[in-house]
Amino acid sequence: MAKTAEFRTCPTTGLKVYLTAEKLIKANAVVAVIFLAVGGFFGLLVALTRWPAVHILPADWFYLALTAHGFDVLLVWIIFFEIAVLYFASAVLLGSRLAGPKWAWAGFIMMLVGAVITNVTVLRGQSSVMFTSYVPMMAEPAFYLGIILFAVDALIGCFVFFGTLVIAKQENTYEGSIPLVTFGALTAAIIAIFTIASGAIILIPTLLWSVGLVSYVDPLVYKTIWWAMGHSSQQINVSAHVAIWYAIAAMVFGAKPLSEKVSRSAFLMYILFLQLASAHHLLVEPGLSSEWKIFNTSYAMYLAVLGSMVHGLTVPGSIEAAQRGRGLTKGLFEWLRKAPWGNPAFAGMFMSLVFFGFIGGISGVVMGTEQINLIMHNTLYVPGHFHGTVVAGTTLAFMAMTYLLVPLIFRRELMFKKLARWQPYIFGIGAAGISLFMMGAGTLGVARRHWDITFSDAPLPFDYPSTAFLMMGLNGMAAILAALGGLMFIVIVVGSVFFGRKLGKNDKPSYPEVPPQGAAVAHYGSSDTLKIPGTVMLVGIFFIAFVLYYFVNWKYLSEVWPLS
Amino acid sequence: MAITPPSERLWWNEPASKTELIWIVIAFLWGLVMFFMMIYWHGAGKQNLSNEAYRTTPVRYARKSQAMIDAYTVRQENNYPVVHPPPGSDVYLTARLWQWWPILEFEKGQSYRLHLSSMDWQHGFSLQPVNINIQVHPGYEMVVTMQPDQAGEYGIVCNEYCGIGHHTMVGRIYVVE
Repeated sequence: MAKTAEFRTCPTTGLKVYLTAEKLIKANAVVAVIFLAVGGFFGLLVALTRWPAVHILPADWFYLALTAHGFDVLLVWIIFFEIAVLYFASAVLLGSRLAGPKWAWAGFIMMLVGAVITNVTVLRGQSSVMFTSYVPMMAEPAFYLGIILFAVDALIGCFVFFGTLVIAKQENTYEGSIPLVTFGALTAAIIAIFTIASGAIILIPTLLWSVGLVSYVDPLVYKTIWWAMGHSSQQINVSAHVAIWYAIAAMVFGAKPLSEKVSRSAFLMYILFLQLASAHHLLVEPGLSSEWKIFNTSYAMYLAVLGSMVHGLTVPGSIEAAQRGRGLTKGLFEWLRKAPWGNPAFAGMFMSLVFFGFIGGISGVVMGTEQINLIMHNTLYVPGHFHGTVVAGTTLAFMAMTYLLVPLIFRRELMFKKLARWQPYIFGIGAAGISLFMMGAGTLGVARRHWDITFSDAPLPFDYPSTAFLMMGLNGMAAILAALGGLMFIVIVVGSVFFGRKLGKNDKPSYPEVPPQGAAVAHYGSSDTLKIPGTVMLVGIFFIAFVLYYFVNWKYLSEVWPLS
Repeated sequence: MAITPPSERLWWNEPASKTELIWIVIAFLWGLVMFFMMIYWHGAGKQNLSNEAYRTTPVRYARKSQAMIDAYTVRQENNYPVVHPPPGSDVYLTARLWQWWPILEFEKGQSYRLHLSSMDWQHGFSLQPVNINIQVHPGYEMVVTMQPDQAGEYGIVCNEYCGIGHHTMVGRIYVVE
């Protein structure tokens, strides 16, 4: 049993916090934010280069910056933050000590070493192979080595999480079942195991190939297994940020899940089906049958999509139920109108929910349709889609969560409160703009990962329509807005963490407001009496948009050259 | 709350609300619609990617491509041969750093068995402005039957990153009446 001296009690939430877990959460979150800054800076350079009127980087630097951007934000920022989320959802929420803190520290340090190795290797200029490093294009061995080190040590974080669940159970630190947020984190950790194993299975032979010990890596096999890591790692994000949506709804509104059973089953759908998504990247490859493509790309008849659509109802539904329970019952939307829009934790969380569903979610399903993929594969539509999921969805949710972590875990008063009010909007709108304008350009055929869409050095030039150039300009402007929002976030968080007023043992932070944790809804299942008409309306709008957009794209497809 | 253990120990026995159940049914049915739409299109739609593909080697593929070029070249443009193969025939387009080789000339409304393979790294066949996109691998030969339905000049942009000259890799297809 752990000694009481190793814990403190949070004056706001009453949670028992294990001090070593708290230190690890801080370390992982700080490193995550640093890599967000680095990767975001590379991203801005990429967007400015793709804006034809600006075209800021030369070709070699552009491909270098794009490789670094992908690795730093898609992998490093997100996984460091997710490790922090795992420790929070286990040790803190369950009031338990952390399993193997020494292992956790070792894993943290080795992840950092791996991330630095790959970054340095990319900056040397001989490994501009993109984040995906498709064979037979070869990077320097250290490029693969850094990623392997990073991924395998992230695995340690997952096992520390599992170990903590076991300890909490054995030491009876909680009653009954684990909280829903912990369940969501557990989903993320289980998917992470699959993801990291896939990464190791393909990157270790690739590393051996790059040093000459293996003679051949099949490009199609590489791609199939690599994307079992690459796409599934984005499903870790989905599980983690959905868990965060529930967590913020609980912390800001005291919201309860409408029903534990439904929300947990939706997470279970992720565990069972999300790994099939490697197929999304293989829909126009040679050598795979249509049957294989259809089954895998649809997550076995869209069962994982079903999970996300359920969360899309239950997360806003639980907020509506809580708000209505407080008496905000006028009309369809009083509960939403009078929500704390000036609280960056809520504003970020709610925009993340809306953008993830409407932009990232719908576009992902449409693009992942076997035949429709023909008119989208490797165009800018692809990054348009995943900036909707990973930036406007995951990153915005993680930022929102950070606004709660600063006062509650870092024990610092948040600085620059006015700036913080605006930050989620600036970043969110910028990110949504990036997604939409890239999708627009992609619909017009513009290639992704391309330095010069004017083709000025090409022997057989070709002209994209002028609307495509407009889209790229708008994309550049949206990227500047998002970068500004990112910079604001970093200034606020780094400022607060290092220079914010320290909160005393019993001080409650004044901002963002976390109301007393009284239950707004008596217990779940009570929504039979507590209607959620506003959420039903929102979900209805979402569904109509989804259906229309889906069939519009079939119509676009029907207009291209017949193929068989 | 979502951050505390469920208030009812036997949470799986709690009833789900009607709103949730209706939405689950709708979402599930919509999933089935989307799933069967892909299968339906294989029968009723005109745009389906073939499953025909072979293992090959750069040497073997280049030999077949060269035989086609020798037989059907009609003129030269920018040091590229322009090949006008007979309708219905096998056409071999080669992707290599950083060219789509050769220039092809098709007749409108005729179909062609277009073979795609790479000599080196992966490339992306992106036919513009039609916007058909197909991945091209080294070691694999894919066969797609295409039927150009409008005359004009089309670009083949490479949309899989293939090194420092990637953005100069543009090919051309003419479709004549």
